[in-house]
Amino acid sequence: MNEAFHNESRPNAEALGDASGFFPALPEKMSVRNLDFFYGDHRALKSVSVPLFDRKVTAFIGPSGCGKSTLLRVLNRMYDLYPGQRAVGNVLLDGENVLDPKLDVNALRARVGMVFQKPTPFPMTIYENIAFGVRLYEKLGKADMDERVEKALRGAAIWDEVKDKLNASGLSLSGGQQQRLCIARTVAIQPEVILFDEPCSALDPISTAKIEELFDELRSEYTIAIVTHNMQQAVRVSQYTAFMYLGEMVEFGETDQIFQTPREIRTQDYITGRFG
Amino acid sequence: MAEHTVKSFDAELELLGRHISEMGGIAEKMLADAMDALANMNAELAQQVIAVDPRLDALQRTVEEETVSIIARRQPVAVDLREIVGALRISSDLERVGDLAKNIAKRTVKIAGEGRVPRAIGGLRGMHDLAVVQLNDVLDAYAQRDAERAKTVWVRDAELDALEDAVFRELLTYMMEDPRNITFCTHLLFCSKNLERVGDHTTNIAETVYYIVGGRPLPTDRPRGGATAAA
Repeated sequence: MNEAFHNESRPNAEALGDASGFFPALPEKMSVRNLDFFYGDHRALKSVSVPLFDRKVTAFIGPSGCGKSTLLRVLNRMYDLYPGQRAVGNVLLDGENVLDPKLDVNALRARVGMVFQKPTPFPMTIYENIAFGVRLYEKLGKADMDERVEKALRGAAIWDEVKDKLNASGLSLSGGQQQRLCIARTVAIQPEVILFDEPCSALDPISTAKIEELFDELRSEYTIAIVTHNMQQAVRVSQYTAFMYLGEMVEFGETDQIFQTPREIRTQDYITGRFG
Repeated sequence: MAEHTVKSFDAELELLGRHISEMGGIAEKMLADAMDALANMNAELAQQVIAVDPRLDALQRTVEEETVSIIARRQPVAVDLREIVGALRISSDLERVGDLAKNIAKRTVKIAGEGRVPRAIGGLRGMHDLAVVQLNDVLDAYAQRDAERAKTVWVRDAELDALEDAVFRELLTYMMEDPRNITFCTHLLFCSKNLERVGDHTTNIAETVYYIVGGRPLPTDRPRGGATAAA
C-alpha cells in the first residue's frame, strides 16, 4: 500500500471534530461532541465526535467492545438505568444537550426511540404492544388509538401479516415479525430519532431483508442510527458510516467512501477482514 | 498489507495475481517473438506465436471465473474489491496485447516471401523495444502495487505515439520512392499500429494499477505525441 494516498487525505481529527464543515448542506439532528463514557473507572468512549444527519441512516461498525453500543445507549440516556456509568461531553439533539441532568429522560426517550438486538415484545396482545407505549405519552380515544396502531404497524411493514389477529399475543409471532412489532412500537410514539442495536442479528435472511427494506422507508421520516456487525448490511442500509475501535471514532464518512476508499488503514483492515 | 483473517482468501488473491503474472509473461514473449519473426522474416517463429495465443485466452477465462467466484463468495470491499476488478481488467488488456502480437505474426507469415525493405524494420524495432519496456514496467508496477511507477509508464506512452508517427513518415517515404515497396510497407504500417495499440493497453493497465493502489483514477487527459495518434 502506498502511504502517499493516505498522507494526502485530510487529517483525521479534522474530519471527526467538525464533520459538519465537510457536509455543509446537511443539518445535524444529533451531534456527539467530545464524548467520554465511563463504566466505573473504565473509559469506554474516548473523546468521540460524530454527527447524525437529519433523516439519514448512520451505521456504526467496529469489532466487539469498540464502544458502538455504548455510544448508542448514551444517545437516549439508556445508561442512566445503571449506577456507576457516566458520560462526559456533549450530545446535542436539535442543539439541546441530552446529557443535561435536568432533562426529562422520559421525554427524551419518546423523541429518541430504540430497537434492540433480540425482539422484546411485551407479553400482551399485538394491539396492546403498540398502544401501551402510546398511552404513556398521550391520551387518545379508541378511534384515534386504532388509527395510530394501524399506522405504526403499516410503518413497520407488518400490518398485512397481523391485521386479522390484533388480539393474539405478541409472543405468538415469528422472530422477524416480533422485531417488526418492536419497530412498530417504537414508531407509534412518533419519535424523531430511532436507534437500532443489531436489529437483524437474530433474524433469518428474509426477515432481515424486510427490515432492511423498511430502513429506506423509515428514513424519509426519521433520523436513524444502526449498530451492526454485518458490514454488507451497513453498506446496504446506510448513507453514512462510522468506524469505531477501542472506544475511539477512527473514521466517519459517506458509506460509499468508507467502503471504497477508506482514509484510515485501520478502517481498511477492518472492512476487508484483515484485523488483529 | 496485513493478512486476511480468512487465510484462504489471501491464497485466492495470490493465485489471481500469479495468473496475471503468467499472462504478462506470455504476452511479453509473444510480442518479442513476433518482432523477431518479422525482423528475420521467420514464418516458423511467427506460427509459434500464433499457436501460443489460445493459452493466453484460456488464462483470461480462468481469471474471469476466479474473479466472479471471489466476488460471489467473499463480498470484497475497498482495496480487495479493487484488486479483483483490477485483475479482471488487466487480464483483458493482456489478452488484447497477445492478439496484437498474433496479428503481427500473421502478417509476417503473409509477407515472409515478399521483397523486403530491411531498413524499414529499424523504426518498428524501436517501437517494439519501447513497447516491451513499457509492458515490462507496468507488470512490475502491478506486482509491486507501485502507483508512481504505473504513472511513469502512463506518461511515457507519448514517446511510443511519437515513434509511430516517425515510422509512418519513414514508410511513406519508401513507398513514394518505389511503388513496389507499397505492399510490404503497408503491412508494416499495420504492424506499427499494432505496436502503438500495445502501448495503449499498457497505459490501460497503468491506469488500473494506479486505481488499485489508491482507489482514485488517473486524470482523463494523458499527454499525447504523434500527429497520427488520432488515426
